[in-house]
Amino acid sequence: MSAAPDKVKVRLATTSLAGCFGCHMSFLDIDERLFELVEVAEFDRSPLTDIKHCGPCDIALVEGGVCNADNVHVVRELRANAKILVAVGACAINGGLPALRNRFDIQDILTRVYRDPVTDHPCVPNSPELPLPLDKVYPLNEIVRVDYSLPGCPPSGDAIWKFLTDLILGRMPRLERSLLHYD
Amino acid sequence: MAMNSDVVGRALARHRADPTRLLQILREVQEELDWIAPETARDIADGLGVPITRVQSVVQFYSFLYDKPRGRYRVLFSDNITDRMLGNAALFEHMLKRLKLRRGQTSWDGAASVDLTSCTGMCDQGPAILVNNFAVTRLTRKRVDEICELIRIGAPLGEWPAEFFHVDDNIRRRETLLTPLEPGAALDAAIARGRQGMMDEMKRSNLRGRGGAGFPTGTKFEGARNAPGATRYIVCNADEGEPGTFKDRVLLNSFSTRVLEGMAIAGYVVGATKGFIYLRGEYRHLQEQLQRDIDSMRASGRLGASIRGAPGFDFDIEIHMGAGGYVCGEGTAQVESLEGKPGRPRVRPPSMVSVGYLGKPTVVDNVETLAHCTEIAIEGGASFARRGTKTSTGTKLVSVSGDCERPGIYEYQFGVTIGRILQDCGAGPVTAVQIGGASGVLITPEEFSRRIAFEDVSTAGAFMVFGPDRDIFEVARNFAHFFAHESCGFCTPCRVGTAIQRNIMDKIAEGRGSNYEVNDLKRLAEFMKRTSHCGLGETAGNAVRDALNKFRPAFERRLRARDFAPAISLEAALEPARRITARDDAEAHLDVEG
Repeated sequence: MSAAPDKVKVRLATTSLAGCFGCHMSFLDIDERLFELVEVAEFDRSPLTDIKHCGPCDIALVEGGVCNADNVHVVRELRANAKILVAVGACAINGGLPALRNRFDIQDILTRVYRDPVTDHPCVPNSPELPLPLDKVYPLNEIVRVDYSLPGCPPSGDAIWKFLTDLILGRMPRLERSLLHYD
Repeated sequence: MAMNSDVVGRALARHRADPTRLLQILREVQEELDWIAPETARDIADGLGVPITRVQSVVQFYSFLYDKPRGRYRVLFSDNITDRMLGNAALFEHMLKRLKLRRGQTSWDGAASVDLTSCTGMCDQGPAILVNNFAVTRLTRKRVDEICELIRIGAPLGEWPAEFFHVDDNIRRRETLLTPLEPGAALDAAIARGRQGMMDEMKRSNLRGRGGAGFPTGTKFEGARNAPGATRYIVCNADEGEPGTFKDRVLLNSFSTRVLEGMAIAGYVVGATKGFIYLRGEYRHLQEQLQRDIDSMRASGRLGASIRGAPGFDFDIEIHMGAGGYVCGEGTAQVESLEGKPGRPRVRPPSMVSVGYLGKPTVVDNVETLAHCTEIAIEGGASFARRGTKTSTGTKLVSVSGDCERPGIYEYQFGVTIGRILQDCGAGPVTAVQIGGASGVLITPEEFSRRIAFEDVSTAGAFMVFGPDRDIFEVARNFAHFFAHESCGFCTPCRVGTAIQRNIMDKIAEGRGSNYEVNDLKRLAEFMKRTSHCGLGETAGNAVRDALNKFRPAFERRLRARDFAPAISLEAALEPARRITARDDAEAHLDVEG
């Protein structure tokens, strides 16, 4: 007599790139439904688990646009491992607030911001440990293939819950108007 | 400045300071002042008693109105696919180089600017350009050099060699419409039939709109006649902006009697006393001649009060010039434009026949449709209906261009096969034919037995032939750029959709596309069709969709085998930061593969 195998749980990964973690905070706004979620899902790489690298998973939720080389590596890793990649929030979809820098030249920005306090000469940090910024902030879909977009700044906890449960249950995610209406 | 005010003052006086004439006023002022300066716009707004924003919105909507200095010679290269096939790109570059200009830039001395524009309707005699809205055809390297020299010495346009501006009709085949009409004959015939009798003949003829939609003309006339109100209008839609179409230019140039008398007959049947010809800005060269035709008609009693002595048959015609805008070919947008506003399509219903120009019942019909009315007046509807097919009666003008020996205008009875037209125009081996312009359909050799008719291949008449060396992907990309440029921006599906479609086509052209983009294109075409506000958006995905369905390998050989590739080079995107930090370590680079 062997015990019935555990129901296979959905593996979730989440990350925040050029964002403000607001979408993740909103994700936590699903509150007690987190208990319901962990009944059917388990977390892979995510700020919630502090797992540093992603393994094969079902759904990746990505907050924020792509602003530097590290963002590129992270989003590629998630894309390579996730069956479904979701762009969560305005920054992931359109670049959002960080993309306001796109109208300026990145070299100009860096040399204006980083100056020696004594000589006033530019001293842009150049440690190899620092990820290099890209010339512009890009939305996710210009860097990797994106399967779904969840709009909002941030999407509400209810919207994230509806979207996620739809995905987990195999339904086409649909947000009614109240979940897409921000004012 | 005083002089500028004089120019504005005269234009305002000519148009009785009527705000519905705003577009005409702006056009005329710009012809003298070369652009609409802020103080000019202010003077016009004050003179008309409208807000300055109203003037600005019109200036910004139309391609041929400029709110920045564009030079005394404004050169626009027609950039239809047929112009491309005739080598306009090299000529464009040559002129830019000769004048030491970049695209869209105005020269330091304010002499000239050179830019691209949508199809100017000279596909059978391209490559074509517009200089201050006047068409120059059959451009060669030598002619470009001559034009650059004329610009350099500042020769007035009127002193340029006349042969530059020569426009041929290139009529290759005639049936009944492209035959001379004795002035007054059609009017007399209509009067003899009486208003109701002529209406009956219109319905009996089963004439359908030649602009492409094929709405029964008699039904439209009847709707307008029966609409409440005393004032009605007839609008002759001569804004043929569909790339590859140029039949209306020929009709207006050589058969204006048919067009103008057709309008008068429409007015007679509908009970309208006023008609407008909405002439596209690209056909500026026809304006004076058409005005003379109208004036001589009036002088000989074929326009004005009691036409041909028939009591109560009062009708007159006025020309309104467009100023660059494909969307103004759409009936409701055209009426908005006639009212001196930006040409944005209206919400329907109500239809034009009940609430049109200035809120009055209005018939908007294609040039060719109105010209056919003269045939029906003379021979009667039953006789007219014997030509063509049962549901597509009469003849149709086809504008043939592209890879064939004899481009030009061909008149056929409806029901003619595509193969027959190809044979007549001397096409060699053919890869495909684009019928109906950018919004039309792409036809491949296995379909050449299909027929030109509303029930089969319906078209306003554009017929672009592509030979074996032509790349259908590039054809579709040209059309994608056309729609992104011509979208009026009113509704989001079209404004954003056409831009995304253009960007994806460019991405694929640069070898950065994958199957993902191909799927996206299909989704996009479907989405625009379903959700756009007007026909422009509804058809903006057709050309790309057809090309994908029928020439998928032309797309596939440009695709990457991979799942997805970014639209940009990430390695290049790191370059500025690499430079400023002087870094070259492994982390300072991004490989192409993800």
